[in-house]
Amino acid sequence: MNFELSQEQQLLADSLKRFATNDYGFDARSKIVASPRGWSAEVWAALAEMGLLGLPFPAEHDGFGGTAVDVMIVMEAIGEALIVEPYLATVGLGGQFVTRGGSPAQQKRLLPAIAQGQCRMAFAHIEPGARYDLAQVGLRARREGDGFVLDGDKRVVLHGAAADVLVVSARTAGQSTDSHGVSLFLVDKTAPGLTVKEYRTIDELRAADISFSGVAVPRDALVGLEGAGLPLIEEVVDYATALLCAEAVGAIRFANDTTLEYLKTRRQFGVPIGTFQVLQHRMVDMVISYEQARSMAYLACVKVDTAGAAERRRVVSAAKVKVADACRHVSQESVQLHGGMGMSEELKVSHTFRRLTMIGQTFGDAEHHLERFAASGGQALTS
Amino acid sequence: MDLNYSHEETEFRDEVRAWLGESLPRDLRDKVINYQALGKDDLLRWHRILAKKGWVAPDWPAEWGGTGWTAVQRYIFEEECGYAGCPPLVPFGLQMCAPVLLRFGTEAQKQRFLPRIYQGEDFWCQGYSEPGSGSDLASLKTRAVRQGDHYVVTGQKIWTTQAHFADWIFCLVRTDASRDKRQEGISFLLIDMRSPGITVRPIILMDGGHDVNEVFFDDVKVPVENLVHEEHKGWTVAKYLLGYERMGTGRVGQSKRELATLKELAARQLKDGKPLIEDPRFRDRLTRVEVELMALEITNLRFLDRLRGGRPPGAEASLLKIKGTEIQQAIGELMMQAAGPFAQAFRPVDNMDFDHFTARLAARYCNMRKVTIYAGSNEIQRNIIAKATLGL
Repeated sequence: MNFELSQEQQLLADSLKRFATNDYGFDARSKIVASPRGWSAEVWAALAEMGLLGLPFPAEHDGFGGTAVDVMIVMEAIGEALIVEPYLATVGLGGQFVTRGGSPAQQKRLLPAIAQGQCRMAFAHIEPGARYDLAQVGLRARREGDGFVLDGDKRVVLHGAAADVLVVSARTAGQSTDSHGVSLFLVDKTAPGLTVKEYRTIDELRAADISFSGVAVPRDALVGLEGAGLPLIEEVVDYATALLCAEAVGAIRFANDTTLEYLKTRRQFGVPIGTFQVLQHRMVDMVISYEQARSMAYLACVKVDTAGAAERRRVVSAAKVKVADACRHVSQESVQLHGGMGMSEELKVSHTFRRLTMIGQTFGDAEHHLERFAASGGQALTS
Repeated sequence: MDLNYSHEETEFRDEVRAWLGESLPRDLRDKVINYQALGKDDLLRWHRILAKKGWVAPDWPAEWGGTGWTAVQRYIFEEECGYAGCPPLVPFGLQMCAPVLLRFGTEAQKQRFLPRIYQGEDFWCQGYSEPGSGSDLASLKTRAVRQGDHYVVTGQKIWTTQAHFADWIFCLVRTDASRDKRQEGISFLLIDMRSPGITVRPIILMDGGHDVNEVFFDDVKVPVENLVHEEHKGWTVAKYLLGYERMGTGRVGQSKRELATLKELAARQLKDGKPLIEDPRFRDRLTRVEVELMALEITNLRFLDRLRGGRPPGAEASLLKIKGTEIQQAIGELMMQAAGPFAQAFRPVDNMDFDHFTARLAARYCNMRKVTIYAGSNEIQRNIIAKATLGL
């Protein structure tokens, strides 16, 4: 048992801290968010330069063979600095489909390009009515000639417009709720018949609704086996969920640090408000939420790489329950303890509030994961 | 980062588990898991089994019988004991008086008391709280006046757990009331419970149980040789003892066992013809506690890992106490609620057929109110974290 970061991991954390301080301060971020694209090509190049975009990919594809714990360190920094670039969509989702399910040719084409900062990806999956059920896929892919033709709609595709290549889930057989018959395709965003409607999200990322109208893809666009995509979707979404938990931990840490600072400096009735016991205890509870969430994020990131499917499911869902609860608790309290200032656009904490709120219900909210955890048999950790 | 126990730690766990399987008497285990009251004999019986094995005081120095285990091994041992349903070890001698003697005691005091504590020959209790001094311990009023070779002690202690079993009590007493600072002028005394002038009066709690007492001191003569550390410097001892928190305070093993019991109970109870555990509203509540417990387990291990370098535990122990006790209470509450209307049955009037397990659940719920109050209430623990960790 050992919770310490290795020397390499510590170096990685340090360099991320430097980057966030020097190049991704709150003002710099505000400019990026306000820019037309909503993300920065310079920042993306810097992430590539630091080796972060290929971090978890195999070495033969310009990657570093990093574990989820390595990527966790990046995600914590992303959460703390509220980095808006499509890192999770590209490295945690799109690139994972290619790494875990892609053919050698697909890997060779995409992974080095991602690692070098020349390709961004997104996962087009959510459909109306599906909520958090990963099996619900209605978008149709029918065989035509040597390839497939896609018809249907995807919603809230995170960073869909920033992506060069989409991973699209589609139904090649069965009804829209069947677990079998879901296939995955790599689709260029420029493919004819594909329409992207981009919008800003409340937490200042970008997302898109994407419609597919007779979009033709070649046979080698298929990722993995036809009709057997669901287990891969579950695996990759669990991986991304573990990383999202780490992002939350970074954001919660910022919310707590800045709230504590505020309690020590804001004066009312002639004293710092942090001298009031009623606020002290609430701050302590925020710290406890942080520590508990951090423990679960660690557990999820360690297990998502090493555990079998059943344990992976159980641990990731348990982590998401705890993290979603902590996101809600800490974000609400951090605004409350800041008073009116906490609601102002001027303060970073109001932006962290929004991100934490949305993390809480990305890839399934606490209730969804409670259900999934209970269904997977509950606890049996070290015994 | 590696969250698995090492090969050696896993072997150690297996060894502990196997030994507990053979050595924990069935009847004692049944009493523990069915929440029956444990008497002095029950507590001492288990104490002596552990003493014979050499495992009763793992964290003592080796020369006094410590095992030399790492912090992780000690944690594993406590967790396994909790999970197996071992009776608790009474902490007042082993984990409170002994560390104080080891740190502040004279050689003669160590020789006199430590072996007897180890063997379970002396049963100890703790004389800290007074009617007017709860969380504000330094306001204590019990007086000790030096008269030749003795102190004469007068006053009252309260909430004294197992004083009715005890042979000895360690007490904080005021030896100098003239100091400006209340923390000065307090001394730490060891008092023989058979001394003339001591009266123990039971306090019956709302679960009908007798665990705690009032202890009255009426001109009790205590030999000067029973003073620990210097006269008037007892607060230093008290602080050391309060800081001497065990990392097992989260009681993860016990809660895991109780959670398993709760699941069995909820599987047996029917609601609308189906097991209660399948009721989404009940299951959500149960599952949230389960997730909290998982998080606590990892948090506990993380803090343990930090102590590996030898750093003493700080406010971390407070966090574990807060979460651990909240979880214990939540499990107890769910157990009582799982029993539904049957939880009202408490004690049979005649020798009738009676479900004794279900009848313990409401009493247990009542009793468990104590865990967020004792050993520094959870509010005091929050004060400690606010001050020590957050600098507020």
